[in-house]
Amino acid sequence: MTRSICVIPIEFQDQSLIKSLRRYLAQTFEVQVDIRNKKIDTARAYDQYRNQYHSSDLLKQLIDDPPDKGACKILGLCKFDLFIPIFTYVFGEAQLNGLGALVSTHRLESEFYGGHEDHELLKERLIKEANHELGHTFGLVHCKNAGCVMNFSTYVEDIDEKNILFCNECTAIIKQKR
Amino acid sequence: MSNKDINILIVDDEYSVRDSLSQWFKADGFTVDTAENATEAFQKFKKRKWDIVLLDIKMPGMDGIEFNRHILSVDKSIIVIIVTAYATVESAVEAIKDGAFDYISKPLDPEYLTHVIRNALEKRELAKENVQLKARLTDLSTPDDIVGNSPQLRQVLKMVASVAKTDSTVMIRGESGTGKELIARAIHANSVRKYAPIITINCGGMTETLLESELFGHEKGAFTGADRLRIGKLERANKGTVFFDEIGNISEKMQMDLLRVLETKQFTRLGSDKSIEVDFRVLSATNKNLEHAVKRGEFREDLYFRLNVVTIDIPPLRERKEDIPLLCRHFLNKYTQSMSKSISDITPEAMEILVNYEWHGNIRELRNVIERAVVVCDEENISSKHLSFPFHSGDTSVTTNGNSLEATEKNQIHRILQQTGWQISKAAEILKIDRTTLYNKIKKYNLSK
Ligand SMILES: [Zn+2]
Ligand SMILES: [Zn+2]
Repeated sequence: MTRSICVIPIEFQDQSLIKSLRRYLAQTFEVQVDIRNKKIDTARAYDQYRNQYHSSDLLKQLIDDPPDKGACKILGLCKFDLFIPIFTYVFGEAQLNGLGALVSTHRLESEFYGGHEDHELLKERLIKEANHELGHTFGLVHCKNAGCVMNFSTYVEDIDEKNILFCNECTAIIKQKR
Repeated sequence: MSNKDINILIVDDEYSVRDSLSQWFKADGFTVDTAENATEAFQKFKKRKWDIVLLDIKMPGMDGIEFNRHILSVDKSIIVIIVTAYATVESAVEAIKDGAFDYISKPLDPEYLTHVIRNALEKRELAKENVQLKARLTDLSTPDDIVGNSPQLRQVLKMVASVAKTDSTVMIRGESGTGKELIARAIHANSVRKYAPIITINCGGMTETLLESELFGHEKGAFTGADRLRIGKLERANKGTVFFDEIGNISEKMQMDLLRVLETKQFTRLGSDKSIEVDFRVLSATNKNLEHAVKRGEFREDLYFRLNVVTIDIPPLRERKEDIPLLCRHFLNKYTQSMSKSISDITPEAMEILVNYEWHGNIRELRNVIERAVVVCDEENISSKHLSFPFHSGDTSVTTNGNSLEATEKNQIHRILQQTGWQISKAAEILKIDRTTLYNKIKKYNLSK
């Protein structure tokens, strides 16, 4: 039973983004969304050599001692450049059929690719990525339906291609698990 | 076919790698398992069939190269992707020579990993279709010199049968001497284009200008020495097949020109601006690892993808030793007939040497050894004393082989002629060839007293 989604910002200051995200998640997953504070040791996750943050380490801290005895999904929100040792980088990370997920805006910002700041676009990408990673925690795997938010994105442009929402099949699975 | 039916095994000694990669593949819906060492991996191999194996080549207490060889020797259809640290790229390349599908360097670029997996799945799909086409194999006509009954060769012929009916562009890969041109001919001979010509273009031995005029032809006066119109090979291949041998050797400019022709199916003769439309199928062959040439920027990626729609890999002869006796007898018959000699067989002891030899020059080398044995043998059977392997070297090329054989033959004929005081009948008798053949050889080698 998932009673709520708990968003934990990690050194994340953009209040308007947090607000929009909260509203959209509540709409999409039809559950209560809380914003919580949690002490996360980011220095521990930082890799000096790569100048990146170890995503799995942050995720582990996020789900440690979960509120509501695990009846909620946890979504970490940050703007670090994330990595998993075997990969050069990741957009985010999620536990398949698990408790927690983490997303970063770092590689979602147009500036990262040499473009101009675009707050609306960033908001849209963040919501898609948050939906996608949370979808994994509900047991969803990548979806072959082109428009579905669970469609796998190789490039940031792929994120722009897909819809903000889940397709009917994916929605049905979430409803079952919720 | 859903991803769930595809079994992926991740072999790596690091927990974090196994964990993140299996998460990654599970998110795509694949069935994933892991093994942290060779022993565990071997056990998992006994339990079920794996479609894709991600193999860290450098793990304590285990030789990834050996492991790769082992699993591929059991089942060639397994797609092995080598995961490597930059320091071990050399061994990864070796593993690819052994039949691994590709390699990726740690840390993996997610985009690149996706690309490699997509390619792997395409290859797997194609392999499956081939199995279904097995039935068609029986009515496949093959050139005479494709000889053998090994599963490896049958796999190649299966591929030939399935691609022949399509109009797909095929890249044939294999070491020197494995018979890539024969395979190209077999594809053509079994295609709807069989009544039109197959035109072979050897890209290896030609300068850029020469290759250009070979391919496109030229108008009269196009350049100095072009004193008449010349129809290029592409024009002559209309409705048929063009086979580019040693495609890896063409220059940068040629790569660009060729790409344009393949894309537009149009070209112009040198010295003309009238474009000519042609319709042909493209086959190519290489003994190089073109992927690496692509990565190093020496071969255009777009051209590579255009040429390599379907790949046929021809195994080296040492990987299909069971075909060696068949091949030996095939060439024995062929040469005893053409030299009018009466040798009936190869002794078991000589055959054992032939089967166990490494054959780095592959079938071409074997053919030369047998031809030479037939020349020097004046007994009922070919025995070990008639065998010599003067061509042995790591990478034999066509010309050295041919020259070596010719040199040997030339010397032998010259020696016998001297011995007999140039009595042609006597010498022909000793050489066990007919007089006409001997005359031809004397003329060919420009021999004189
Ligand atoms: Zn995903
Ligand atoms: Zn979906």
